[in-house]
Amino acid sequence: MSFASVVPSPGSLAQGRRLLRTALPAISLVLILAGIAWMNPRAISYLGFNLMLNLAIPIALATIAQMFVITINDLDLSIGFFVSFVGCVTAVWLADQPELGIAMLLGGILIYAAVGALVYVFDLPSIVVTLGMSFVWQGLAIMVLPKPGGHASEWLHRLMTFHTPFVPFPVIAALVIAGVVHVGLMRSSYGAILRGAGGNAAAISRAGWSLLKAKIVAFALAGFFGVLSGLSLIGLTTAGDPNIGAGYTLLSIAGVILGGGEFVGGRVSPVGAVVGALTLALASSSLLSFMRIPPDWQVGANGAILIIVLAARALISRREA
Amino acid sequence: MKIRAALLTASAMLVLASGAMADTAGKRIALSNNYAGNSWRQAMLQSWDKIGKQAIADKIVAAADAYTTADKEAPTQAAQIQNLILQGYDAIVIDAASPDALNGAVKQACNAGIVVVAFDGLVTEPCAYKVTVDLAETYGAEQVRQVAKRLPNGGNILYVRGLAGTSIDDDITRGVMSEIAKHPNLKIVNSVYGNWDQTTAQKAVATVLPSLPEIAGVIDQGGDGYGTAQAFKSAGRPMPLIMLGNRQDELAWWKEQRDHGGYDTWSASEAPGMVTFAFWVAQQILDGKEVPKEVPMGILTIDPEQLDDYLKNTPAGSVANTEYTQEEVEKAIADAKK
Repeated sequence: MSFASVVPSPGSLAQGRRLLRTALPAISLVLILAGIAWMNPRAISYLGFNLMLNLAIPIALATIAQMFVITINDLDLSIGFFVSFVGCVTAVWLADQPELGIAMLLGGILIYAAVGALVYVFDLPSIVVTLGMSFVWQGLAIMVLPKPGGHASEWLHRLMTFHTPFVPFPVIAALVIAGVVHVGLMRSSYGAILRGAGGNAAAISRAGWSLLKAKIVAFALAGFFGVLSGLSLIGLTTAGDPNIGAGYTLLSIAGVILGGGEFVGGRVSPVGAVVGALTLALASSSLLSFMRIPPDWQVGANGAILIIVLAARALISRREA
Repeated sequence: MKIRAALLTASAMLVLASGAMADTAGKRIALSNNYAGNSWRQAMLQSWDKIGKQAIADKIVAAADAYTTADKEAPTQAAQIQNLILQGYDAIVIDAASPDALNGAVKQACNAGIVVVAFDGLVTEPCAYKVTVDLAETYGAEQVRQVAKRLPNGGNILYVRGLAGTSIDDDITRGVMSEIAKHPNLKIVNSVYGNWDQTTAQKAVATVLPSLPEIAGVIDQGGDGYGTAQAFKSAGRPMPLIMLGNRQDELAWWKEQRDHGGYDTWSASEAPGMVTFAFWVAQQILDGKEVPKEVPMGILTIDPEQLDDYLKNTPAGSVANTEYTQEEVEKAIADAKK
C-alpha cells in the first residue's frame, strides 16, 4: 500500500501545489505577526509570545482532534463541549482523585471511538451524530461541575506555565504537537491508510483494510487530542467552567481549513492545522485588541478578520487548482 | 545650616503633598468585557464611555479604553487580558466570563503590577479587587420577600432562571431558595431557563404553562419579565404578579398595567453603571488610596412611585441606569473599611 495509489498524480506539479498549500498558513501567520509587531512592538518578546500564544495551545490540540475526524471525511461538532467536559473532569477529579479522573477521561476516548463505529456501521451522517453528542457532553459537563470552580493539578499548572529557556513554552509545544502528528499521520503507513479512508474509501477497503477500524482509530485519536486540549486549557486557566470550550468547535474547523485542509478527500496537514490554530488565535485576540477598534465594532471586526484570513486561503487555493 | 534645614523641610513638604494627592493623570485604565449582545452590556459600555471620556477631559486619567471579545467564552477573555497586559495598562477593570477560568490570566496581570478590579462577573483570584453585589440577598431573597408582601395568602410560584451553569444564576437561585423556605405558603411549582432574554423566556414559559396550575407569582432574574407576561397573555391565563428587572420594555409594560387596573410589582437589577463604580475603585487604588479587596455596592431598585422617572430616562431597548461619581465610590470604600 504505497502513498502514490492513495493520492493521484504525485508528480512535481502536485508537489509544488502541496508546498504552496503548506506555505500558505505560514504566510498568513507571518503577516499577522508583522501586524502585531507594527502595532505593539512590545508583544514581540519572550513574555509577549508567552502571553499571546499560551491559550492557542489548547486550540491547536482541539484543531488536531478535528483534523483526524476531517481526515476520514467526517466532521466533529462535539469537540468543543467534549473539551469542556474534559476540563470539568480535570478540575474536579484529576487533582484529588487521579484514578477516577483518568478513568473518566479514558471513558471519554472510548465513547469517541464508539461514535466512530456508530457513524460507520449505520452509515449515519457524522454531523448529526456529533451534534447530538455535543449536547451529551455539555450535559455531562454541567453534571460534573454545575457551577464554575474546581482546581487544576499542581503538575498540570506547572507544566503549562513552564518557563523554558530562550524559546517560549507555547512555541515549543506547538512545534512538538505539529512534529509528532506530522510523523504519525503523514509518514507512518497506518497514517496513509487513515488518509486513504478519506481519499478513496473503496480502494482502501478493496486492499483489505478495515474501514470500520479506520473510523474508530480516527475518532479515538480525536478523543485523545480533545483530552489533551482540555487538560492544557485547565492547566492555564487553573479552574473549570462547563462552558469553557464551547467556542472550540468552530475554531477547530476553521483552523483545519485555514491550515490547508479540505473537508473531503483525506487532504489535511497537521503542521498547517497547528499554524492555522495559532493564526486564528492571534488574529481574533491579539491583533484585534492592539488595533484599538471602538467597542461597537470589535465583535464585527473579529469576524471580518477571520473572513479575510479564510478568504485569502480560499482564493489562493482556487488559483492553484 | 539654616538654608539646609529650610530646604529639607520644603522637600519633606513636597513629598507629603505628592503623597496626599498622588496623580493618576498619566494612568491608563482598560475595560475587559466578554459580551456586548444585550441591552445591559450596551448600557454598560455607554456608561463606561461617558465617565471615561469625562475623566480624561478632567485630566483624572490618561486613557479609559473598552475591549469586548466576540464570544462569551473564558479562554477568549483570558487571551484578551493577556493582550492588555502586553499593552501596558495600569489597571484592568473586568466583567469576567467565568469566576475561576480567568484566574490564570488575572494572576499574570497582578504579577505584572497591574491593578485588577472585577465587577458583575467576578473572579476568585485573591490578588484582584472586587466590586461585590450580594445578589443572593439583595435580589434573590428580596424578590421572595417582595412577592410574599404582595401575596399574603401565598400561592404557586413559577421561577424563571437565567443562564444555566453561570455564577449569577447560581447566586440568585441560592437566595431565592433559602428565602422561600421561610415562606411555606409560597410554592415553586416549576422553574425554566429564560437566559435573561425576553424571547427565550417567553418560549420557555409558554412551553410549560399548559401543564401548570394557576400561578400567583413569577420570580425571575430580569430581562425575562416582559416575555413571561406575553406568554401568560397569549395563553389566556390570568396575569400573575411578575417581578421585573428594570428593562425598558418591562417598565413600560408595568406602567401600562398600572394605568389600567393598578398593577403593583417590584423591579430591580444591577445598574449597568456599576462599571463606573469599578472604574472609580481602580482610580482610587492607582491614586494610592487604601482600598479593601472587596467593595460592596447595592442594586438599583425601582418602587412604584419612581417608575415614571426611570421610564422617562431609559431609552427603548435598554435598562434603567445610573452612573456613580467619584465621591459616591470614595464613600463606599470608606464604609467598606469599617
